[in-house]
Amino acid sequence: MKSTAAKFKKSVRVSLGDPDLQRAMGFIKSGFVKNRRAAVERLPEFDELRRLARGIKEHTLQNLDFYLEAYEERVQASGGHVHWASTPEQACEIVVDICRRAGAKRVTKGKSMVGEEMGINDALEQAGLEPIETDLGEYIIQLAEEPPSHIIAPAVHKTKHQITELFHTHHARYGYTERQTEVPALVDEARQVLREKFLSADVGITGANFLIAETGSSVIVTNEGNGDLTNTLPRVHIVTAGIEKIVPTREDASTLLRVLARSATGQEMSVYTTFSTGPRRSDDLDGPSEYHVVLLDNGRSQMLGNAFHEMLRCIRCGACMNHCPVYQGIGGHAYGWVYVGPMGSVLTPLMVGLDEAGDLPNACTLNGRCREVCPMEIGLPDMLRELRRRQYQDRQTSRTSRTALAAWSFLARRPRLYRRLMGAAVASLAWLGRRRGRFRHMLLAGGWTSVRDLPAPQGASFQNQWRKRRGDAQP
Amino acid sequence: MTSEATASSTTEGHPLRVGLFVTCLVDLMRPNVGFSTVKLLEDAGCRVEVPELQTCCGQPAYNSGDFSDTQHIARQVITAFEGYDYLVAPSGSCVGMIKEHYPRLFSTDAGWRNRAERLAGRSYEIASFLHDVLAVESLGASHEASVTYHDSCSGLRELGIHDQPRALLGKISGLELREMTDSNVCCGFGGTFCVKYPKISEHLVSEKVANIAGTGAELLLGGDLGCLLNIAGRIKREGRDTKVFHVVEMLAGMIDVPAIGEAETPDGPV
Repeated sequence: MKSTAAKFKKSVRVSLGDPDLQRAMGFIKSGFVKNRRAAVERLPEFDELRRLARGIKEHTLQNLDFYLEAYEERVQASGGHVHWASTPEQACEIVVDICRRAGAKRVTKGKSMVGEEMGINDALEQAGLEPIETDLGEYIIQLAEEPPSHIIAPAVHKTKHQITELFHTHHARYGYTERQTEVPALVDEARQVLREKFLSADVGITGANFLIAETGSSVIVTNEGNGDLTNTLPRVHIVTAGIEKIVPTREDASTLLRVLARSATGQEMSVYTTFSTGPRRSDDLDGPSEYHVVLLDNGRSQMLGNAFHEMLRCIRCGACMNHCPVYQGIGGHAYGWVYVGPMGSVLTPLMVGLDEAGDLPNACTLNGRCREVCPMEIGLPDMLRELRRRQYQDRQTSRTSRTALAAWSFLARRPRLYRRLMGAAVASLAWLGRRRGRFRHMLLAGGWTSVRDLPAPQGASFQNQWRKRRGDAQP
Repeated sequence: MTSEATASSTTEGHPLRVGLFVTCLVDLMRPNVGFSTVKLLEDAGCRVEVPELQTCCGQPAYNSGDFSDTQHIARQVITAFEGYDYLVAPSGSCVGMIKEHYPRLFSTDAGWRNRAERLAGRSYEIASFLHDVLAVESLGASHEASVTYHDSCSGLRELGIHDQPRALLGKISGLELREMTDSNVCCGFGGTFCVKYPKISEHLVSEKVANIAGTGAELLLGGDLGCLLNIAGRIKREGRDTKVFHVVEMLAGMIDVPAIGEAETPDGPV
């Protein structure tokens, strides 16, 4: 997917001024945040579970090469194929090639963030194939020709009214001419339209929430059952996943699943949890005749062992973005790429470049709520600060910021000079603001005063008053 | 200093020597918060000194990615406060910086790392120091007012400060605490964030101000001046009349001055 992260500030203005978006985003707080809290409160051992889950991921990352090889062996033993891709382009080529060899025309898709990372839909269309998203949210944004705005709820930015209109526009050709305004009717209509696509698809592409080294299985969770129809009905099943999705055993996967659903939607488990292991066996009732796994690196192996290592523990639950006050305000599209919110502000600069996504690490108040709710206890604020350090070191920070910072640091490192100069500055500012107690405008402080008044200082600085009092008190 | 030093505020009969880390914002913008902190500490029997060689904790540089200047400033603070029993500051954010981040700044320098860790172990935000270390039982203050309390992020999440200020406020007779919705959600200050991304900051602070207004409380209290300047500035811009004070000003009974962003009026403040 092409990044528009460089236009962050412009996108933010659009998002904050979009009343439909603001209304739609209300669900984040009233739904995800509230439901997660309730789910965690219902499970007294949640923190213990979280500690276990974190330990499993960390152990796997420490031995990633071993588990990846073990996984590949098991997939092959069950009759499947594993393909390794270092770049999104390579991954697309592999997928398109599998589709071509299978003589495919129509491709159904379960939700896959790695698929978004690859830009697989564009690649399939360019190859003359017809990709159809089957996750309801993904289907909606495919019709709207938009990227996802949330990693588990891709259409969370859409209002019901917008979806009514979208379906009305696109479903008329299937004979659905009536505007549906209720959620069950909208879901039903999408189901009817998609049913025919499921039955006629040649290839089904899904992502993976986990890949199990012990069995060579891929695991997906959905709430709609679309994943099951995508991976059992077509002749070919392709799994696209990042290399960090591996876990050692089924037991480990089950521990992680318990943490995942609670953190993501506040469910104890997602409605459907599906394990796929290789192609259809002779005694299976259904299933694909070919089973492929495309494992994408795209910079992940570079993160192992460095300051961003913890990011590889991420299980893509979305809790960080749900609880991020910035994300809640601006929505996902402003972030300009596949991954959004705090985890996106770390991953996007690493995957598309810090110069392209320079705003993302900075557009954060470092309030730490993301880290607090992250089931994997990923130090997101520290990583954002580390990206700022790299920007500063590589002189990507703006000249104005650098100059202001240098002047301030110069003074902050010289306490006596600082006290004299700053003391005089605040004393005059206090005098200027004495009548109103605040300023509505101030030269060079437009960033502050454009949206709030600037309270005036009280008068002489504390340090100067303190020294004076102490001086007076001394004999 | 009062003569009634409690057992917990003395070591072998000597009063605790507390170095006050004023913080740059309190020093420059609201000295009353500094004097309130001094009063609370002295009333509890501590001997308070204000080391001369202090300016700022270094967060503006640290959070802008300038780690080398941050280290200089950190060494300055560590040196200035080494001789005291405790470092106390009226800010969860600055104490979070000193406790959590100073040791990490020197991960490759064992000598400074040790000194940073020793200081970290002795550094406290004022409300947690009064409550957790000194176990202050009574403040001897009373004030008839309804208040609401904003939990500033660093104090809340880096230091676990939540119950302490509320418990202390509970000791002031006449005070009614009304909890706001999402008191633990960021106000949109975020240091340089609020001037780099004013539109996002506006969104966050407007929501905070709406939640404050929703309580109908007369006063907003909080433990970090950065957040309070941001919120008070927005309250004024929206033409609302909630008065904003740092929590220590209330605890010390020193709210006989104009609230943050207010001027002296003929009728007197508050």
